[in-house]
Amino acid sequence: MASKVIQAYYNDDDILMHAVKKVKAAKHHIEEVYCPFPVHGLDKAMGLAPTRIAITAFMYGCVGLIVAVLMMNFIMIKDWPQDIGGKPSFSYIQNMPAFVPIMFELTVFFAAHLMVITFYLRSRLWPFKEAENPDPRTTDDHFVMEIEVHGNEKELTDLLSETGAVEINFAEKNLH
Amino acid sequence: MYTVSNRLKMGAIIMMVVGALLTAYGFFSAPSTIEAAKEMVAAHDDGHGSGHAEEAAHPMAADNHETEAHTMTEAEHDEHVFHQLRNKPWAALYVAAFFFFMISLGALAFYAIQRAAQAGWSPLLFRVMEGITSYIVPGGIIVFIILLLSVMHMNHLFVWMDPDVVAHDPILQGKKGYLNTTFFLIRALIFLAGWIGYREYSRKLSLAQDESDDNSNFKLNFRISAAFLVFYLISESIMSWDWIMSVDPHWFSTLFGWYVFASMFVSGITVIAMVTIYLKSKGHLKDVNDSHIHDLAKFMFGISIFWTYLWFSQFMLIWYANIPEEVTYYVTRIQDYNLPFFGMVAMNFLFPVLLLMNSDYKRINWFVIMAGIVILAGHYMDIYNMIIPSTVGTQWSIGIPEIGAILLFAGLFIFWIFRALGSAPLQPKRNPFIEESKHFHY
Repeated sequence: MASKVIQAYYNDDDILMHAVKKVKAAKHHIEEVYCPFPVHGLDKAMGLAPTRIAITAFMYGCVGLIVAVLMMNFIMIKDWPQDIGGKPSFSYIQNMPAFVPIMFELTVFFAAHLMVITFYLRSRLWPFKEAENPDPRTTDDHFVMEIEVHGNEKELTDLLSETGAVEINFAEKNLH
Repeated sequence: MYTVSNRLKMGAIIMMVVGALLTAYGFFSAPSTIEAAKEMVAAHDDGHGSGHAEEAAHPMAADNHETEAHTMTEAEHDEHVFHQLRNKPWAALYVAAFFFFMISLGALAFYAIQRAAQAGWSPLLFRVMEGITSYIVPGGIIVFIILLLSVMHMNHLFVWMDPDVVAHDPILQGKKGYLNTTFFLIRALIFLAGWIGYREYSRKLSLAQDESDDNSNFKLNFRISAAFLVFYLISESIMSWDWIMSVDPHWFSTLFGWYVFASMFVSGITVIAMVTIYLKSKGHLKDVNDSHIHDLAKFMFGISIFWTYLWFSQFMLIWYANIPEEVTYYVTRIQDYNLPFFGMVAMNFLFPVLLLMNSDYKRINWFVIMAGIVILAGHYMDIYNMIIPSTVGTQWSIGIPEIGAILLFAGLFIFWIFRALGSAPLQPKRNPFIEESKHFHY
């Protein structure tokens, strides 16, 4: 479904932040903001829901811990028990201190890598994907705020130019 | 300007009085003869079934005081138990005195780091930190007096101070150049002078900065704080060998200084957070917002994990290498102190990790207080596990002398720090970073 959007360009993150607050105060829905770098507090100003990635990180960490326990139990106790330093591998719990570093590392490894993959999937980023940003300048020194237009071009243009936009464009776009 | 409420003052005084009475009772009820000690142990065994009868017969290889493993005769064992019971009230007093002293020293290290880093978020909390570090003066003097009494043979917390023991112990003779009472006291004096001197001077500069019209006091405070941190890292490490590790003079661990540092650092930060939340709840410190509490809680969380990392590093190397003179330290603790030893890990690691992991919970003030109480109790147990196994042995319990000593020093601590908090405005006026601190958010 193609719809018309207005794109306001800014060249400073402070001006952008104030503009976002003003647009929100005027009760317009901001579709997206494209930035060359993360802007501190922008998510709160835009009214985005808090991220749930921390919950997934905790779950991935638990998975990593379980994988480490099962893996070390198989390798060191079941499959090929060895007597290392006078500590024969009779049971997992007896030799547990030796496995703690592995349990720790795999917890971190799983949490970190799966969290990154989750983030990419959730942000619809994958290899060979077409860039979504409307203008290559948003990867350099410009910020773009995108608002859907419902026949209120004039009102939005006035509002946005008041907030310090350096350029205002209209575009047809497929929004998800 | 903050004034201490009468309720808090009375509460602290009551704690001190009750604590002093219980401590006095603890000293009074310690056995004065070997026969009395035997009776006490026998009475204890009647109540709990016999455990000591077998222990008397088994080789005391796990006992650190013995140079070589040998089977003790019954008379030797009785005398040993007698000394342990005599030590018990002293050890209880020393653990609590050191614990509360350590809180203020940990807070002082945190304060010096904020100064040296020229941190922008924390100047609003400087007066709280200065209040807590004020206890370093009475706390340090009390610990020093207990050490002095040990040197004067009023108690037997430090076996290496007994010339008879040293005469029969080639290992202690070899350490005599370092572990002798004169040098021990000189070191303690130098460290205490350095810590107290920095604290008082930095506090003076901090107050002077409020009234001055340039930043010279602030800059000087920055410089002395950076210098102090160098002194602190060296002196804290040596202090931990002297005051704690040497109760077990045969045993040593190279990361012991860091381990004790982690314990005092997290306790100090926890108390800073708790006092800040208390003062806020009374309507003071209006500019301190939830982000400041959040940051303190992050430190509580992070340093708790750091402590666990050091605890485990120390444990795993000794467990894996399994060298008899090293591993005895953990054998004693796991056999005779199983619950306090592993309970402490649960309190210092599992609780903070699970309670403070969620970022929202770090902003809920009562949640931080609850986590803080568990952390403080856990780190008391940590110090308890460092001192008691080597001084009291199997005769340990957490009874009247221990609780009395905790109440006594907790009362003194609360009384002293809130008195200091009431002696200057709670918010620094002219700190160059105060505006940044007021607008601190995450």
